Amino acid sequence: MSEIALQAVGLVRRIEGAISHTLVNGIDLSVNKGEFVAITGPSGSGKSSLLYLLGLLDAPNEGDVMICGQPTAKLSETERADIRLTKCGFVFQFHFLLPEFTSLQNVTLPMRAAGKMSEKEMHERGLELLTSLGLKDHANKRPNQLSGGQRQRVAIARALSNRPEIIVADEPTGALDTTSTEQVFGILRDIADSGRTVVVVTHDPALAARADRRVHIVDGKIHETIQGGQAPEPAIAIGATAAES
Amino acid sequence: MTTKLLFDIAWTHVTARVRQTLVGMAGVSMGVGFTIMMAGLMEGSQIDFLRQLVDTMPHITIQDERRSVPTQPADQEYGAVQMSNVTNLNNRPGIKYPESVMASLRSWLPGDVTPSVRTTAIIDHGGGRIGVTLTGIDPRQEPRVSKLASQMREGQIADLSRAPNAIIIGEALAQKLAVKPGNTVILIGGKGTEVTSSVVGLFRSGMKRVDEGQIYGLTGFAQIMMGQSGIVNELRLRLNDPLIAQQVATQVEAQTGYKSVSWQEANADLLSTFAVRDFIVLTVMGAMLLTSSFATYNIISTITHEKRQDIAIMKSLGMREYSVRRIFIIESAIIGTVGILFGWILGYLLCYGWSHITIYNMLTGANVPLQIYYSPMHYIVAGGISLLCCTGAAFFPARKATRVHPVEIIRGAS
Repeated sequence: MSEIALQAVGLVRRIEGAISHTLVNGIDLSVNKGEFVAITGPSGSGKSSLLYLLGLLDAPNEGDVMICGQPTAKLSETERADIRLTKCGFVFQFHFLLPEFTSLQNVTLPMRAAGKMSEKEMHERGLELLTSLGLKDHANKRPNQLSGGQRQRVAIARALSNRPEIIVADEPTGALDTTSTEQVFGILRDIADSGRTVVVVTHDPALAARADRRVHIVDGKIHETIQGGQAPEPAIAIGATAAES
Repeated sequence: MTTKLLFDIAWTHVTARVRQTLVGMAGVSMGVGFTIMMAGLMEGSQIDFLRQLVDTMPHITIQDERRSVPTQPADQEYGAVQMSNVTNLNNRPGIKYPESVMASLRSWLPGDVTPSVRTTAIIDHGGGRIGVTLTGIDPRQEPRVSKLASQMREGQIADLSRAPNAIIIGEALAQKLAVKPGNTVILIGGKGTEVTSSVVGLFRSGMKRVDEGQIYGLTGFAQIMMGQSGIVNELRLRLNDPLIAQQVATQVEAQTGYKSVSWQEANADLLSTFAVRDFIVLTVMGAMLLTSSFATYNIISTITHEKRQDIAIMKSLGMREYSVRRIFIIESAIIGTVGILFGWILGYLLCYGWSHITIYNMLTGANVPLQIYYSPMHYIVAGGISLLCCTGAAFFPARKATRVHPVEIIRGAS
């Protein structure tokens, strides 16, 4: 049996107000270590909301998210921040790099925030990541001196800097051209192949098809799951299915 | 979270907005600089005034009177007594055995003491009459208890010994009477004694009240004018530290039984005015420093507003809310610290410049420079309060900004 890296149990996320709205409505999901899962669905279906819950950026109204077996529902915001820093790496649709910092400084930012490495080690690790993503020559450039694809690769390098177990990406290719999209997806695929867990939200069915598993969300619920290269299946006992795969 | 990282982020924020940052720093500098200048000027003028006051008068004056009415024999005899029309015993005025009292005081007093005779007199000269206070002094002992010797403008204290009826008068009084050293005036004592006195010297204390109403003569001369031979009705004390005069006066009074008035007590109304002035000045300076921090508040508010996305990203990467908040506090501290450093320089230059400004003194007719008191405490207090105001000004916008939920910003940006 594969080791579960990320598990959602009965996740519910509601927006309370004059008109309440349920974004995520009772989702159970297990993602194995080293698995590449794509979350798809129409706009407003709750796929990004689910991703934010899985990455501990948001807290559920009901249910729990377990990161590497650790329940997180009762953790304080500070403890959740610590888990985000060390166990999760985020990539967003827009690069969200700090504009005044160079590529290398942006990549080393999470390492410096964690404070577990020496300056030299952080510098070397940052360069290593940028080199592996083909950005060695752009280490000292600021985001406004890079192309869209390069910025997104820097963002991926930043997500990887603390060697997180899980990478969550919210439409990382949404603002990229075809070539860059191919590059970024290839990188994410390589990350998963290297043993890390990758969960990606995407609109692109062709890219989703390259994931190990595709989870289709409709109205905040899992509508169907599709194993890589398989035909769509009804979404029943997804966690068990993922655990067995 | 490493402070260096937070400092680096803060530094990039403030250096990326040079004009705004400079405006903020200038605000702090102005506040600190003018506060230091005001403090130096206020304290300088106050110290100068007090110095003049203390130099002009004895630190403690022992008078031949009691603070309270002496206990009557009937009080000592009966538990409750009603008395009316009590007639005082016609005791001889003056301090009893002044030499013994002085010897006793000199054994422990941190300073010196000298006897004198104080009486009132009228100067009759040129058809005009002016009431004055005549103090009979010993010219040899006087320099130990007063600054009269250094205040002499013409003649010397020792010139009093040239004639038994010689007097030294204030320069302002001399102008009023149109007399010069060598001239004579008629002095009329309390009991109608008329003596022709020769003016042998002029002094200037800088205080109008003294320069127009105080004259000095020999002890014996004052006794004649008072009509009490051999009397000493005042002991004047000068202390090494004038600030302890109040405590010493209490001690002296307890020992001698005579009313001992310190210079603080004699000028209590003036000193209480100083206290009110100090309070007003401190309030104004506090307001200046607080107002100068508003510029910092504006800058931090602007930065936090512009950097909402960065804040969201830093929080999403796992930086704690407290750490992100510290970034803006550090930014404010950077603006404040640099502003304070320039404020110190500005404050010093202002003090230096103002100390070269002279004001015409109508009494003395001289151009007197503004008195500035230089104290490191002014710099420390102004800097400390300013830094506190700056960081306080940053705290609220920083707290508001860092409480933003990252998902809201990320969704908005997406």
